[in-house]
Amino acid sequence: MRNVRRWGPGLLLVSPSIVLILVFVFGLIGWNIKVSLSDWRSSVKSSNWAGLAAYRDLNSDPAWTENLHHILLFTVTFIVGALLIGLTLAFLLEKGVRGEGFFRSVYLFPMAVSFIAAGVVWRWLMNPAPGDRSTGLNVVFDKLGVGFLGNQWYLGQNWGMSAMALPAIWALSGYIMALFLAGFRGVPEELREAARMDGASEARVYRHVVFPYLRPVTLSALIILGHISIKVFDLIVAIGGKQLITQTPAVYMWIQIYDAQDYAKGAAIATLLLLGISVLIIPYLIYTVRSERNA
Amino acid sequence: MIRSIRKEPRRRIGRATVLRVALLCALGLVLVLPAAGYGGPAKKTSPQASCQLQVFSWWTGGGEAAGLTKLIGIWNKANTSCPFKNETVAGGAGSNAKAVLAQRLAAHKPPDSFQGHAGAELRDYIKAGQVEPIDFIYKQYGFDKIMPKTLLNQIKYNGHLYSVPVNIHRANVLWYNPKVLKTAGITKVPTTWAEFIAALDKAKAANVIPLSLGEQWTQKHLLETVILATIGPVRWAALWKKGGAWSSGGITTALNRYKTLLTYTNSDAASLTWQDAGKLVADGKAAFNIMGDWQDGYFSGSKAGDNLALKPKVDYGWTAVPGTGGVYDWLSDSFTLPKGAPHRAAAVKWLAFLGSKKAQDTFNPVKGSIPARQDANPKLYGTYLKWALQQWKNDKLAGSLTHGVVASNAWNTAVDTALGLFLQSKDVAKFQTALVAAGKKYA
Repeated sequence: MRNVRRWGPGLLLVSPSIVLILVFVFGLIGWNIKVSLSDWRSSVKSSNWAGLAAYRDLNSDPAWTENLHHILLFTVTFIVGALLIGLTLAFLLEKGVRGEGFFRSVYLFPMAVSFIAAGVVWRWLMNPAPGDRSTGLNVVFDKLGVGFLGNQWYLGQNWGMSAMALPAIWALSGYIMALFLAGFRGVPEELREAARMDGASEARVYRHVVFPYLRPVTLSALIILGHISIKVFDLIVAIGGKQLITQTPAVYMWIQIYDAQDYAKGAAIATLLLLGISVLIIPYLIYTVRSERNA
Repeated sequence: MIRSIRKEPRRRIGRATVLRVALLCALGLVLVLPAAGYGGPAKKTSPQASCQLQVFSWWTGGGEAAGLTKLIGIWNKANTSCPFKNETVAGGAGSNAKAVLAQRLAAHKPPDSFQGHAGAELRDYIKAGQVEPIDFIYKQYGFDKIMPKTLLNQIKYNGHLYSVPVNIHRANVLWYNPKVLKTAGITKVPTTWAEFIAALDKAKAANVIPLSLGEQWTQKHLLETVILATIGPVRWAALWKKGGAWSSGGITTALNRYKTLLTYTNSDAASLTWQDAGKLVADGKAAFNIMGDWQDGYFSGSKAGDNLALKPKVDYGWTAVPGTGGVYDWLSDSFTLPKGAPHRAAAVKWLAFLGSKKAQDTFNPVKGSIPARQDANPKLYGTYLKWALQQWKNDKLAGSLTHGVVASNAWNTAVDTALGLFLQSKDVAKFQTALVAAGKKYA
C-alpha cells in the first residue's frame, strides 16, 4: 500500500477501460450464460432456473447436428485453403517479383470488401442453375471445355459448405499472405547464408531454417481464421439466406432468438460459440504470454 | 526493440497530471454510465407540441411502399396536428424489422402502432402483454359487421381482437404460362391432383421445368398448399388446435404428394427468390409456379418498379392450386395498438382510419391485395384482383401457415427445421414424426 503513488496513477488511468470491459464484455457474457440456464423460452420474459434444459434441447436437435457438420466442413476448408494460398502467394512474392507492391495490394484488396458484398457477387459466381440458365463459374468451366467441373456449389448435398468457404478464402488469403510475408522478412539473412555455406540446398534452407521461423505466424493466422470461421454469419446469410441447407450455428442463433423467440436456446448457442472460440484462443494466449516472458 | 524504448526517460508528463486525468476519466465514467440508461424521460417535452404518429412497418419497396405513401398523404391532410412519422426497416417479410421491434418493445419504447401478420404471429406480443385488445375500435366503427365473421374468428385470441387487418392476400394460387401449356399439349388447366400430375408430366416431356420453385420459405409455402388441398379447410383448421391430427393418414398422403411434386421442380430452387421462380414461368422456361398473389403484382406491375409488365390472362394465367378450389388460403398485414404507445389517441385514430373503406380502397389496388372489408369498389382493382374479390366473397377461409396466421413463430420455426431436414433426406416418416412432435409442443 505504501507504493500507492507508484502504481496508483497507472491503475486509475486504465480503470475506465477495465470497468467498461467488466460491464460490457464479462458482464454481458455472464448475463448470456444466465439466460441460457433459464426457462426464458418465449416472448414472455422469465428468469427461473432451468439448468441445462436448453443445452439438452440442442443436443437432441437434428438441425443443430447439421449446423455443426456445416461449420466443421466450412472451417476446415476455409483454414486450409486460406493458409495454403496465403503461404504460396507470400512465397512467390518473397522470391522477388517485379512490382511486388502492386501484387501485394491486389491480393489484399478482397479483405476490404465486406462479406455481404462479397456474398452477393459470389452468389452469382456460384450459381447452381443447370443448362442454359447457368451463370458465373459454371459457364466459365463450360467455355474452357472442362464442363464436367460444373457443379451445384453451395447446394451440394455433402460438400456444399466447402463451396461456401470459397468466398471466405478469396477474401482472407491476401491477409494471410501479408502475415507470412512479414514472417519471411523476419528471417535474418545471415541465417540463410550460414545454412547455404554449410552446403544446404535451397529446399533444405526452407525446410530447416525458414519454415520453423514461421511457426508463430502460422499460429496467429490459424487463430484469426478460426475465430472468423466459427462465428461466420453475414457471408452465409448473403449467399444462402435462412435455409437449413447452408445453416451455421450463428445463423441458427439468430433464428432461435428473433424468429422462434426461444431466448434460452439462442443464448445456449451463443455460449457454445464462445466456448468453441475459447478452445482456440486460450491456448494461444497462454502460448503468447509464455513466449513473451521467455523473450 | 521494446527494451530500448523503455530506457528512454519516462516522465515527460508529471505524475500529478496523470493522476488528475485518471481521476477525471473515472469520474466521467461514473457520471456517463447511469445516464445512458435513462435516455427516455430526460428528453420529455409536452406531448401536444411534438405529436408525431410513429408507425413501424417493413413496407419499404414496391407496391406496399407506394400504398403506404398514399395512406400517409391522406393522414397528414386530415391530421395536421399529429403528422405521420414513417419508421420502416427494410428486409423481406419483416425478418429484420421484427428483430428491431423486439428490441424496442423490450426497452419499453414502443411505436404508436406496428405492423404484424394477422393471426397467431401476433400471439407472442399478446402473451408478453405488449399490445392492447382493440375490440372497442371494431364496435365503434362497425368493422365487426363489415369484415367477414370467419376472418375475425380466425384472428381472435381468447375472444379478443388485437389488430386491424389492412389487406388480404391469397397464398393458394397456381400461376402458369398459357403459351407453354399450349406447346406442351396441356389443354385444360388442372384442378385436381391427378390432372395436375398429368399436366406436370406433359410439361416434363416438352422439356420445360414443370413446376418452378424458390428458396426454403417458398418450399414451405408449396407444402402448405399441398396439405390444404389434401385434407381440406376444416381439418386444416383443426391441425392448429390442441390435439391436431398430425399423425393422420391424410398428412401422410399429403407429405408423399409433396415429395412427388419436388421431383418436378428445378434443381437450383434453394438459390432462387420467389421472383426468380416466377420469372421462370414468365420467360416460358417453366410451366407452373405456386406462390401467393403478390406474384400478380410482380407479373403485371410496371417496368419502372422492377416488375415484368405482362398482360394478365394473355402472358400469364392463374387458378386455385389443384384441390383447393373454393378455399381462400389467406394472410393479412395488420396494425396493432402497443401498450404504452406514446400518442395513444392518435394511434386509435390511425387504426380506425386503416379499417375505413377509403383507406382500404386506396391502399389495396396499389399494394396488389384486396381489402379485408366486404364493401370494396371492384372498379378500382386490376384483372386478377377482380377475380380475387369475387372468390373472397364465396370461398371458405383457411389461414396461412407460412405467413403467420395459424401457427406461432416458434411453431413455424420448428416446421422450418423439420422441412429443411426433409428436403435433404426426403424421409416422409421422419418428417411426419417431427411435425407431430412440433404439434404437441406448440399447439
